[in-house]
Amino acid sequence: MRAIAGRVIALLPILFGLSVLSFGLLAMVPGDPVTAMLGLEASPEAIATLRAKFALDEPLPLRFLAWFGNVLQGDLGRSIQTGRPVLEMVVTALGPTLLLAGAALLVSLAIALPAGIIAATRRNRPADFAVSLVALCGLSLPSFWLGILLILTLSIAWPIFPASGYAPLLSDPWTALRHLVLPAATLGVALAGASMRMTRSAMLEVLPADYIRTAHAKGLGPRRVVWRHALRNALIPIVTLVGIQLGQLLGGVVVTETVFAWPGIGKLVVDAIFARDYPVVQGAILVTATLFVLLNLMTDLICLALDPRQRGGA
Amino acid sequence: MTGDPRALLGLVLVAVVVAAALFGPLLWQVGPEVSDFMAPLSGPSAKHPLGTDDLGRDTLARMLAGARVSLMVGMGSVAGACLLGGAIGLVCGFLGGWTDRVLMRVMDVLLAFPGILLALGVTAALGASATNAAIAIGLVNLPVFARIARAQAQLVAAMDYVEAGRAIGRSPAAILRVHILPNAASPILVQASLLLASSIITESYLSFLGLGVQPPTPTWGNMLRDAVGFLDHSPWMAWFPGIAIFTTVLGFNLLGDGLRDRLDPRAARGA
Repeated sequence: MRAIAGRVIALLPILFGLSVLSFGLLAMVPGDPVTAMLGLEASPEAIATLRAKFALDEPLPLRFLAWFGNVLQGDLGRSIQTGRPVLEMVVTALGPTLLLAGAALLVSLAIALPAGIIAATRRNRPADFAVSLVALCGLSLPSFWLGILLILTLSIAWPIFPASGYAPLLSDPWTALRHLVLPAATLGVALAGASMRMTRSAMLEVLPADYIRTAHAKGLGPRRVVWRHALRNALIPIVTLVGIQLGQLLGGVVVTETVFAWPGIGKLVVDAIFARDYPVVQGAILVTATLFVLLNLMTDLICLALDPRQRGGA
Repeated sequence: MTGDPRALLGLVLVAVVVAAALFGPLLWQVGPEVSDFMAPLSGPSAKHPLGTDDLGRDTLARMLAGARVSLMVGMGSVAGACLLGGAIGLVCGFLGGWTDRVLMRVMDVLLAFPGILLALGVTAALGASATNAAIAIGLVNLPVFARIARAQAQLVAAMDYVEAGRAIGRSPAAILRVHILPNAASPILVQASLLLASSIITESYLSFLGLGVQPPTPTWGNMLRDAVGFLDHSPWMAWFPGIAIFTTVLGFNLLGDGLRDRLDPRAARGA
């Protein structure tokens, strides 16, 4: 319990830092949101009213405190562009993002676990080299280009899947899945490279262990030894990997969403940047970064649960 | 390095790209911003080996000019982060105490953002340009270097020869320079190569969005941005810049991997 409490408390300064940075970044923006909204010919009175409405004339630290106080109460402000509450917009966008991230994680693990295990069990043989090379190529592939290539082949040359758009999963599952295939494949393949490498090295740590030799000596088949004994012990680094991946997914999702016009958090941020809609940029960045931190915490805690050895020392 | 085919391949790829960036524009003397109005959106031909874009600009010339921009932004962001982050890490690891706690907390905050998102936020704040893209990506790279340098400094600071250095009256600055810096250099070098790879991807992505290097200056990223509008008519516009990014990034990844295995024998494949 104390280990858990310690980790949670250590997060508080980080979360505060995230807030300062999210606020600070957008407070130093050169362009003026009010001019952007009203146009250059706006009357001075209209500008003054609007500046007062968003409290743009207050000193920076005061604006931060007011903003931070509201954030703590779950109020991220209102969008300059649409007038809707930022929190509502972010939560709406979070659904498609999580759907895409989850699907991509499945794709990535479905490729990476078998490939990583094959590479580790056939260490330094052709299969291992092939997997390592493919993994490195995957790491080097810019995911937005991969997305463009998939659009070129699977929705333009052979129009099988739609190139962009989104449908809610519950109301129209078939259309939703068809729209999900290309973005999930893009993101999943892009992530698979890193996961293959981690699975391989995690398995390599475990395979020389005594209990593996014992399992072999007991006469268990190689398949059973690998999947039941070795994989289970390699699980801790792999869970860490999934956690890290979910974090990277949150970044990768931004890229993929803009290519496929997927209405998630990434597209929300990018659109808001172009519209100079600062409260939305701030809110979306803050929520995503907070989620990222919480995911890392969860990963830590799961590892703690999986590995009794870590509990005493922490 | 000759013993490792991966590092060698990486070195060759990187050398080819760097050579193309340095000498390409001298050999292929077509202006990257010059339009051939007779041949917009044309496929590869003798006159335009990689085709032209929607304004009739030569793709090969733009790729070569783009190589310069992409490499400069990538290298700038890594070099800046390496110097500043390395310095922060060495000081933190060596001094410890409050300096260490405060500075590393700040680094933790930077690490707490998904990299792309931080880069987007910074470019949104500073405005879209090549310099700002380099600053944004540098800020993403900064904590990585700080952490590595700090870990190395802590590791080395506990060694007997550092104690001996202290005993013979070396100043902290001299100990940093003589003992700690040389030991921290190799992991930092490995990381620099790997981060160059990811930085080039991030730069191309920012440019792809229109938040990086601004047109008409060509980069691989904004060439891909142009290509997206003509995917069904001129798919080759999307092939070549992507291949360039992929090749460059693969080169730096191979090189970084190879260097790591070479410098850290425990991680070597043959061990």
